[in-house]
Amino acid sequence: MKRIFALALAFLMIVCCFTACSGGAKANDEKVIRIGVFEPASGDSGAGGKKETLGVQYANSQVPTVDINGETYKVELVYADNGSDQAKAPAAAAELVGKNVAIVLGSYGSGVSIAASETFKNAGVAALGITCTNPNVTAGNDHYFRICFLDPFQGTVLANFATDKFGAKKAYCLGELGNEYDQGLISFFTEAFEAAGGKVIADSFPTNNSDFTSYINKAKSEGCDVFFCPVSIAYSTQIIAQAAAQKVDFPILGSDTLDDNMVLAAAKGTDVKLYVSTFYAEGGNAEFDAGIKEYINANADAKTTNGGDDTISAVTAMGYDAYFVALEAIKAAGSTSPEAIKAALPSVTYKGVSGDIAFDEIGDAKRDTAYIKTADTAAGAWAFETMQKAK
Amino acid sequence: MEFAVSQILSGISLGGQYALIAIGYTMVYGILRLINFAHGDVFMIAGVLMVYMSASMPLYISIPAMIIFTVLLGFLIERAAYKPLRSAPRMSVMISAIGVSYLLQNLALYITGGQPKTYPRIPWISKTITIFGARTHVVTVVTPFLVIALVLILTLLIDKTKIGIAMRAVSKDFETSQLMGVKINTVISVTFIIGSFLAAVGSVLYFTNYPTVVPMSGAMPGLKAFVAAVFGGIGSIPGAVIGAFIIGICETLIKGTDYAIFSDAFTFALLIIILVVKPTGIFGEKTTDKV
Repeated sequence: MKRIFALALAFLMIVCCFTACSGGAKANDEKVIRIGVFEPASGDSGAGGKKETLGVQYANSQVPTVDINGETYKVELVYADNGSDQAKAPAAAAELVGKNVAIVLGSYGSGVSIAASETFKNAGVAALGITCTNPNVTAGNDHYFRICFLDPFQGTVLANFATDKFGAKKAYCLGELGNEYDQGLISFFTEAFEAAGGKVIADSFPTNNSDFTSYINKAKSEGCDVFFCPVSIAYSTQIIAQAAAQKVDFPILGSDTLDDNMVLAAAKGTDVKLYVSTFYAEGGNAEFDAGIKEYINANADAKTTNGGDDTISAVTAMGYDAYFVALEAIKAAGSTSPEAIKAALPSVTYKGVSGDIAFDEIGDAKRDTAYIKTADTAAGAWAFETMQKAK
Repeated sequence: MEFAVSQILSGISLGGQYALIAIGYTMVYGILRLINFAHGDVFMIAGVLMVYMSASMPLYISIPAMIIFTVLLGFLIERAAYKPLRSAPRMSVMISAIGVSYLLQNLALYITGGQPKTYPRIPWISKTITIFGARTHVVTVVTPFLVIALVLILTLLIDKTKIGIAMRAVSKDFETSQLMGVKINTVISVTFIIGSFLAAVGSVLYFTNYPTVVPMSGAMPGLKAFVAAVFGGIGSIPGAVIGAFIIGICETLIKGTDYAIFSDAFTFALLIIILVVKPTGIFGEKTTDKV
């Protein structure tokens, strides 16, 4: 009896699945083009990935259709969570490819983008990196593009900023062990900083570490002028809280990952001097700022994703731009085929909220300035510091 | 000097926090011969609970409430995931423990949405003080004393009370003590309750020092506490405490040197060495094989 019941249940489930599928197919009479969103929704970079996705979702809510050769297609976003994990990334990428996406956006985090690159290449799908800044993402392939600046540029900008603003002679660099993003930036920073006559002490901490007091004290006892930590959000909030407890007097420099309201919340009410380089500073485009704030405030899920307030992350602005770059590429290709879109993408130009976007022969965006923001710890807000060019 | 003092202080405090988790491992092992892999995640859930409860309640309610809920969680885990497997092979219970561990991590991921959560500031213990020129939180100084006090109470409980005698009996011989009329389920529940209570206290101390809670927060401290328990001799409470202090201090000292990246490697190398040289740990019970 029990066995028959179980069998009946299983049968029912299968029937349900089929009806759900066929029901879905019937509703899809209108023409649809799918854009894959390859972002982490969990893991170390989950918070950042979700904010980037938020920008894409907002852009999709503004312009939900695209015209291809006079026909209107509905743009459907397809999500895959790469879990911030290089081991999970290829499977998430394969999931997107399996759902026949025309182009892929993402990912937040260079490591997962590199890990998934091969899957997109084999499927012939173009991928458009939004904020993955490691050079290896686009180097040596013709299917990965990106709309942000690169780590060599960012590392140099921050090193220049350290010498220009603070006259720093000695820098302490701290990154996560085995994280390509952290270690890449540290090596580019070191190169530029040492070229300017400075001295660098670099350390790495193991994954899931939460005691940074030792590293901070080491920087203090070595008499470093700046503390550079291009780490992911969860680590940076720890570093800032612990640096505040140690009453450090050196400024903390961070990369684009630190441009996040969780980091800001950690710095609020302390006397930490925090400077970050980023892609977009709030106030850069009033129309976009007002629109996204309204979108975030009207949508409880979006607000939770954004960390409970309406501070605009640079990655959200970048996600917004990436969506429109993808639409431009689809229009230029005049087709829904991934191959045609891949061929059309290199010649696309677009004026986004984060600046003009055009691609060079490697597939990287041509950018020459980065925004530097500082944390106003009394008000708990980001303040624009300067536009820094690389020397 | 200032650097050395601050390194040793944070080492002692980290060791104390590992000790509170390690006791939970060692007690459960002593009684059930089970390595409760979910223990580190119970510690993490205590942190997550505190983050959410302190947002709506004053601290004098949210701290006791958090401890009660954590204890309840430990109790329920044992009832739901381990008790039905009491007569199953030991391996099944261990796999069940790993399952519970993943369940708790993913639950926390679902609740927090993957966002790192900032632990509430607890007045007095999160105040910064200066000792010999080294700045630290009050909690750093409080931790070792609190750990020693808790261990003394626990030792008294095990040596003097009826339930303590029952616990010792069960850890010596599971079946015989059952035949002698010891209510085995009560004893096991009490063990999990004590373990979870200490993990909850440990989480308050740990997250006051390192105030970010993520779903993986329990994994590393849990693993290190487990190493500490093995190092001290699994099943022995003083062993777990001493092991935890040694690991905490060594780890922090290594982080201060040029070999900082090897700090975790050291902990696990220590585990291998102790397993090779003295598998029962420093204070481990001697096993005599009767033929």
